[in-house]
Amino acid sequence: MEKKFSLKRLFEFYDEVLSLPHKQEIARELRDEDDLFLLLVYSDMLGIPNPAFYYTLELYPHIIEKFHDWHLRMGMEKSPLDGIRCC
Amino acid sequence: MSGIWLAVVGGLIFFLGYRYYSKFIAEKIYRLDPNYVTPAHQYKDGVDFVPTNKFVLWGHHFTSVAGAAPIVGPAIAVYWGWLPAVLWVLLGTVFAAGVHDFGTLVLSVRNKGQSIGTLASKLIGQKAKVLFLFIILLLVLMVNAVFAWVIANLFISFPASVLSVFIQIPLAVWIGYSVYKKQGNMLLPSIVALAVMYLAAIVASYVPVLQIDLVRYFGGEGASTLFGLNATSMAFFVWIVVLMVYVYIASTLPVWKLLQPRDYINSHQLIVGLGLLYLGLLFTNPEITAPVTNASADTSWFPLLFITIACGAISGFHGLVSSGTSSKQLNKETDARFVGYLGSVGEGALALVAIIAVVTFFPTAEEFTATYSGFAAASGAGLGVFIQGAGQLASGLGIPASVAATIVSVIVVSFAATTLDSSVRLMRYIIAELGTEYKVTPLTKTHVATTVAVVSSAALTLIPQGPKGFGSGGYLLWPLFGTSNQLLAGISLLLVSIWLKRQGRNYLPTIIPMVFLMFMTLWAMIDQVVTEWAPWNEGSDWMLFTFGAIILVFTFWILITAVSAISGNRNDSIEKSA
Repeated sequence: MEKKFSLKRLFEFYDEVLSLPHKQEIARELRDEDDLFLLLVYSDMLGIPNPAFYYTLELYPHIIEKFHDWHLRMGMEKSPLDGIRCC
Repeated sequence: MSGIWLAVVGGLIFFLGYRYYSKFIAEKIYRLDPNYVTPAHQYKDGVDFVPTNKFVLWGHHFTSVAGAAPIVGPAIAVYWGWLPAVLWVLLGTVFAAGVHDFGTLVLSVRNKGQSIGTLASKLIGQKAKVLFLFIILLLVLMVNAVFAWVIANLFISFPASVLSVFIQIPLAVWIGYSVYKKQGNMLLPSIVALAVMYLAAIVASYVPVLQIDLVRYFGGEGASTLFGLNATSMAFFVWIVVLMVYVYIASTLPVWKLLQPRDYINSHQLIVGLGLLYLGLLFTNPEITAPVTNASADTSWFPLLFITIACGAISGFHGLVSSGTSSKQLNKETDARFVGYLGSVGEGALALVAIIAVVTFFPTAEEFTATYSGFAAASGAGLGVFIQGAGQLASGLGIPASVAATIVSVIVVSFAATTLDSSVRLMRYIIAELGTEYKVTPLTKTHVATTVAVVSSAALTLIPQGPKGFGSGGYLLWPLFGTSNQLLAGISLLLVSIWLKRQGRNYLPTIIPMVFLMFMTLWAMIDQVVTEWAPWNEGSDWMLFTFGAIILVFTFWILITAVSAISGNRNDSIEKSA
C-alpha cells in the first residue's frame, strides 16, 4: 500500500539516502571488533594459549551460529576446528 | 534566447532517453529479470551486501558520482560555443553515460557483485588486471593534480571561501566522532554544520579580515617573494603544500572520522547547489549571451571537446561506483535501470546547469569572447566564470551575487577536497596492490604508499608552468584527466560488450560508444602529443609528453585487447543467463 506523503517521511527518506554509506562503515567497524572477539574466544582451540578459555567456553552456544561466516571471512574455506563441522 | 529553454530542452531529452532508450536497453539488451536473485540477497551480510530501496540507492549513487568534475569540464568547453557543449552533454549522457553506468551495474550484479577490475581479469585475462590498475593509477594521479590545482586557484580567486572550507574539517570530525561513539543521528548536526559554514561564508564576504588572502599577505599581485616567485605563485605553492599535508592526514584516517561526515555535509551542498542554480535560473530568466559556435577558435573542438567534458557526458569513474558499491545493494535487477541510468542523467543535469551558468553570465557576446579568448585562457578562467555566473543566477533568489559566489565556491572546493581525499586514498591502495604484485614490500606500507601518492601528485600540480608561473599551467592537465577517465569508461564498455557478445546478444549499443570514445581519445592525444608537447615543438613539455605517450600506449593496448576479445570465442566462468 502506498504510504501518504509527509514532510517527516521526506526527511526520513533523505536521511536514509545520506546515511547509507555511513551505516555501512559503522557496521564494518563493529564486525571487525566482533571478528577479533571471536578470535580471542576460539584462540585456545586454534593453538593460542588463552588463560580465560574455561570462561569463554560458556559463550560457545551464543556465537556458534556466527562461526561459519567468521572462518569464511578469515580466509579459511573449511572449518579449522574438528569439533565444529559447519561445512 | 533564454537560458530556461536550454534547461527545458535538456530535461526533455533526458526524459525521452530514460523513458524510451533505457527501456529498450533494459528489455532487449541487458534483459533484466525481476526474479533474478541479486547479490544483495544472495550474499546478504548487513555490511556490503544489503538490499536497498531503489530511490535510496539512486540518491546514494548520484551523490557519490556527482562532484566538481561535471562543472569544470563544461565551464571550459563552452569556449567552442554553447551548442557543441550542450549537444555532447545531452547525447553523451543519453547514449554513452547512461548505457555505461547501467551496463557496469548489470554486469556486476550478474557476477556476484564483483568490481570492474576483477571482471576485467575474468573476461579478458590476468594481464587486464595490471592494465586496469595502471589506468586507474593514471586517473587518480590526474584527479589529485587537477583538483589540488582547482582548490588552490579558487582559494586565491575567492579568499572569502577559505574560512568556511577550513571550518568544515573540525565540524566533520566532531560529527563523525559523536555519531560513532554516541550512535547519534547525522542529519541535524550536519545541517547545523552546513549553517555554520554558510554563515562564515556570508560574514567573510563582507569582512575582509576574515578573508584568508595569501596574495595580499605576500604584498599583492606582482610583488616578488622568496625564491624569485611572485606573490600569486607563492600563494599557489603554499596552498598546494597545505592541501597535500591535509590530504596526507585525511586519507590515512579511517573513513568514518572525516571522509564520510564530509560527504554527508557535501550531499546537502549538492542539493543546495542544484536548487540555487535551477531555481535561480527560473527566477532570473537570463539571456544566453555566449555565441552558438566559435568560428575563430585557436584549437579545434574536434576531438578535444570529447575529452574536455568527461564527467557530465561519460565518465569511467561511475563504473567503479556502480560495480564497487551499488551492485551489492541492488534489491531487484530491474532497479538497475532506475539507479544506473538515472544516476548518469543526474550528473548530466549538473553539467547542463553549469553550462547555462557560464553562457548567461556575460552581458554581451564580446565580453564572453574577451574572457574566452583562447583555449588556454578558457581553461584558466572557466571555473571562476562558472562561480560568478552561478552567483548571478542565485541573485534571482534575493541573495547578493558576491555572497552567492562565495557559497558556490565553498561548494565546489568542498566537492574537490572530498574527491582529493578519496582519490589519494584510492591511489594509496593501488600503489600497495602494485607493490604486492611486483613484490616491492615497502610500497605495501600505508605511509610509504601515501607519501608516494602525495609527492607525485604535488609534483604533477607544480611542474607544468604557464606564463604566470606556478598555478597557471595546471589546466594543461585537464585534457589528460579527461582522457584517462574516458579510457576507463572505454574499458568498462568493452567488458559489457564482451559479456553481451558471449550471451549472444546485440552489443552495438555498448560497442559504438566505446569505439567512439577510443577514437576521440586516440585522435586528441596524438594531436596534443605530436603537435604540442613533443620535444620538436616550440613550448614542448617533457612531462606532458610522457603522460600523453603513456596514455597513447594504453589506448592502443585496450584497442588490441578489444579486437582480440571480441573476435575470440573464449568461454569462461562468466555467468550465462538467458
